[in-house]
Amino acid sequence: MKSFNYHAPKDVKDASKLASSNSAFLAGGMTTIPSVKLGLASYKDIIDIKNIKKLSGIKVSGKSVTIGATTKHAEVAASKDVKKAIPALAKLAGNIGDAQVRNRGTIGGSISNNDPSACYPSACMALNAVIHTNKRKIDAEKFFVGMFETALKSGELVEAVEFQIPEKADYQKHPNPASRYAIIGVFVAKHKKDVNVAVTGAKSCVYIDKDLSKKLSSNFSVSAIEGTEVKSSGMNSDMHASAEYRANLVSLYAKKAVEGC
Amino acid sequence: MASLVGSRVERKEDTRFLQGKGRYTADINIANQTYAVFVRSPHARAKIKSVDTSKALKSSGVVAVLTGKEIAEDKIGGLIAGWAIRSEDGSEMKVPANPPLAKDVANFVGEPIAVVFAETLDEAKEGAEKVKVDYKVLKAVVDPADAMKSDAIHDGVDKNLCYDWLLGDRKAVDEAFAKADKIIKVDLINNRLVPNAMEPRACVVDYNTASEEITLYTTSQNPHLSRLVMSAFGGVAPENKLRVVAPDVGGGFGSKINVYNEEIVCSWASKKIERPIKWVAERTESFLTDTHGRDHVTHAELAVTKDGKFLGFKNETIANLGAYARVFGTVTPTYLFGPCATGVYVIPAAYSNVKAVYTNTAPVDAYRGAGRPEATYTIERLVEKAAMELGMDKTEIRMKNFPTQFPFKQTLVHTVDSGDYVAGLEKAKQMADYAGFEARRKQSEANGKLRGIGVSSYFEACGIAPSAAVMSLGCGVGLWESAEVRFNPTGQISVFTGAHSHGQSHDTTFAQIAADELGVPMENIDVVHGDTDKGTFGMGTYGSRSLTVGGIAIVNACKKIVEKGKRVAAKMLEVNLDEIEFKNGEFVAIKSNKKKTIGEVAFACYLPGQRDEMKSPIPEGDEPGLIESSFFDPTNFSFPAGSHICEVEIDPDTGNVKVEKYTAVDDFGRIVNPMIVEGQVHGGIAQGIGQALHENTQYDETGQLMTASYMDYTMPRADNFPEFNLGFTCTHATSNPLGVKGCGEAGAIASPPTVMNAVIDALGGQEISMPATAEKVWKACKTMKKSNAKAA
Ligand SMILES: Cc1cc2nc3c(=O)[nH]c(=O)nc-3n(C[C@H](O)[C@H](O)[C@H](O)COP(=O)(O)OP(=O)(O)OC[C@H]3O[C@@H](n4cnc5c(N)ncnc54)[C@H](O)[C@@H]3O)c2cc1C
Repeated sequence: MKSFNYHAPKDVKDASKLASSNSAFLAGGMTTIPSVKLGLASYKDIIDIKNIKKLSGIKVSGKSVTIGATTKHAEVAASKDVKKAIPALAKLAGNIGDAQVRNRGTIGGSISNNDPSACYPSACMALNAVIHTNKRKIDAEKFFVGMFETALKSGELVEAVEFQIPEKADYQKHPNPASRYAIIGVFVAKHKKDVNVAVTGAKSCVYIDKDLSKKLSSNFSVSAIEGTEVKSSGMNSDMHASAEYRANLVSLYAKKAVEGC
Repeated sequence: MASLVGSRVERKEDTRFLQGKGRYTADINIANQTYAVFVRSPHARAKIKSVDTSKALKSSGVVAVLTGKEIAEDKIGGLIAGWAIRSEDGSEMKVPANPPLAKDVANFVGEPIAVVFAETLDEAKEGAEKVKVDYKVLKAVVDPADAMKSDAIHDGVDKNLCYDWLLGDRKAVDEAFAKADKIIKVDLINNRLVPNAMEPRACVVDYNTASEEITLYTTSQNPHLSRLVMSAFGGVAPENKLRVVAPDVGGGFGSKINVYNEEIVCSWASKKIERPIKWVAERTESFLTDTHGRDHVTHAELAVTKDGKFLGFKNETIANLGAYARVFGTVTPTYLFGPCATGVYVIPAAYSNVKAVYTNTAPVDAYRGAGRPEATYTIERLVEKAAMELGMDKTEIRMKNFPTQFPFKQTLVHTVDSGDYVAGLEKAKQMADYAGFEARRKQSEANGKLRGIGVSSYFEACGIAPSAAVMSLGCGVGLWESAEVRFNPTGQISVFTGAHSHGQSHDTTFAQIAADELGVPMENIDVVHGDTDKGTFGMGTYGSRSLTVGGIAIVNACKKIVEKGKRVAAKMLEVNLDEIEFKNGEFVAIKSNKKKTIGEVAFACYLPGQRDEMKSPIPEGDEPGLIESSFFDPTNFSFPAGSHICEVEIDPDTGNVKVEKYTAVDDFGRIVNPMIVEGQVHGGIAQGIGQALHENTQYDETGQLMTASYMDYTMPRADNFPEFNLGFTCTHATSNPLGVKGCGEAGAIASPPTVMNAVIDALGGQEISMPATAEKVWKACKTMKKSNAKAA
């Protein structure tokens, strides 16, 4: 591990002042700390954002649920408000990794890292989330750009994620047996006008399966997608799962999610 | 006084472990210590052209940098293979040198090349990054099945073959096969496993410049043996100038038997740099360099009659040794594997042929069960397949071939002293509700799931000892165990043992047996182990030997204490020796009923003089004091056995396998502490289920370990298991006075085939290799659907 300067600012302004192209924000540290320890990443400045009160907490309005960036997975999972407004989101958070990870990892860290097999990005996509940063508001579909890549500019800080409350939703995940990240995760959300089927784990970045979404938009039932072939081309193939297996899981878990709604 | 042996005494060690008070090697710090970081080969196979340490030496805080050159100049010996195995043609096995720091070639990813010592850990890491090694990368040999056709990786080891070993009679087997109605065949891979002890390996070395003594604190299962090896083969220091301490050790499973590169290097270097040294492995280093387990490629056949009698067995196995042959590396796939491969059955003719090969992967050595899980997997897959092909019930075919007379001379090596295999399987069937399986299968089917049941009956040879036997099979040392019992003048007792506890609960079990022998409360007894300066000597803990060998040495030393106590008591009570009886901690003169407690006698033993009325209690010919020792060397191995039954349910859509029920019935002879034994069985079964369903060590074709972290290597977890349903039968071992048999490995030996037989049963007999991961099972389900559709 290379040594670095540790900062723990109290507000967003100070945090953004400290940020540079050679710095990282530290939220739960579940990704940052192991990568620094293993020498995969090194930074001059590490800016701990957990002391910034404004970044943590859950707010529910009539139409949306807004979760502060440093809110931990365990807090989302346990929140009565989230369970009431979007139970699928609480369920998603409650099945992330293991208890240790859920009690450290944060939603802001999760989406900023944009791991191709992370769970939250699928919720953001399916629930038409808006990502609030210290600079602007970004729609989820523009936020997740590619593998471990987001629309965030250097030094830009996620402050909160605002999810649209759907009529119904469910998240179904096939966990990697080792890490318990998603081999496949499918988030199905039925909104007033349309249905979103967001898929994580399958490709280099979370995406909306347009075919499944369209079919479910016109007829929200398992039978509407029964027999729909999900193509394996472009899907990840690694020692944990082949592309063919992943494709099978996407159609299977989409059905499970519809059933679960 | 009620007997403590047989009761569920709570573990003495729980208080300290559960309160975080364990004292492990990494907890030890010595003033002025330096930190060691090893420079390791990033390549599976490479020539080391040069090692440039100049930049590292100038790096901040670096105290010294040492390489293979210096260690060779100082004539420090390398790592050793503990067993000499001969090939079928009589030739000696081929063992390459395994220097503590590789000088000319690196043979696996993670092999140490150089070491940096610095004032802080970060500085040592920084320094290690600055050591420049110039490699010429060579093509790695990775797949054991191809090793004999590949480049030789070690000079003088033709075809990468360490030995081509045969046990048994090929001709007799051919004759038996000629008479068979049916020949059952299997091709199996026994998957490589990473032991994953919770505590990574570590060492702290302190060289005393005045006494010239080296003290090595290390994560070892056998500190005395480590000292012997480091002294005799490493030449690090004479034995009397080397103290090895293995304090609390957080799990070993075989991976902490070996003396490793790091311990040798740091011990040697501490003397050289005249500074204490601390080294603690990071988890990645554990994955890369701890000895791994299993890794066999097997073809086996069973010759049967149409009514299910076994006639002959053959086993052709390629065993992967990894890059080097280590302490138990060569015996694990031979004498620990071959003999047990005929299982619990009467099979008139059998042979096991094992070719052990070197590859550019981490060395493979003993891992919980060592050879016996591989053996049980081989025979139990065959037997299950035989039942399927003959249309017989799985339990019936086993019953039919069990021996019913004991001692049972099994086909290849062992004479099994005691057992009752029929009773074990009957009890397992009953506990598992074997008869009700069909109804449960139908229920699963109605839910769209596939349900399977698997059985496995095993025996194993453990309590690794009889020196006469093991030395005749090639072991370089005798495998007795020693104990010393010190009765202090004020009544507490220290029991020193050469066995080592790293999860086995010796503090409790050994105190129970000593308390029973001496008739004193357990609280008065402390079990001391893990320090070559404390106690006599010892061979350590592996092969389920602690109780059956080490425990008996304690019993025998206690008996000597009682014998001397009787002589002393007789003198104190002024009666003849034959009038003294020892009962419940008291020496009683039968006629007068006068008594002395063992505490009073012990106290008296330390007061040999005469004062006023007090006379010396020491009889003529006896010495003062009350300390006795014993070396125990049994006449035979111990042979635990049993039957396990598992039920799994498969979701054909995902391929997920759920272990629904697991029943284990084991015969461990007399049980000292049922709670501790159950814990051992639970852990073993968990590890076996891990092997069967989860653990999937993978090297890529260049020899990089792909599964080198918990993000990729699947350890089994509590939510992978149902509640284990345990039962016991009991036939006493005749090779030791307590009648005990080893219990530490049985769970890991019996469970992989039990689980796999259930999975394969659910898949309608389709073969599938371990680990049966969801994707593999899903594919098998698809094939099954297709063939079912065709059939319909
Ligand atoms: C064993 C394990 C299992 C896991 N399983 C799952 C799983 O099943 N599903 C899942 O979704 N995730 C999983 N994760 C990921 C985990 O839940 C965390 O969300 C993730 O590791 C990062 O979150 P963090 O808060 O720890 O971020 P950190 O590690 O602190 O930061 C990660 C990155 O995000 C940046 N960052 C952090 N916060 C902000 C912010 N507010 N604005 C801008 N940039 C920011 C950091 O600079 C850094 O680059 C797992 C992780 C582990 C270690």
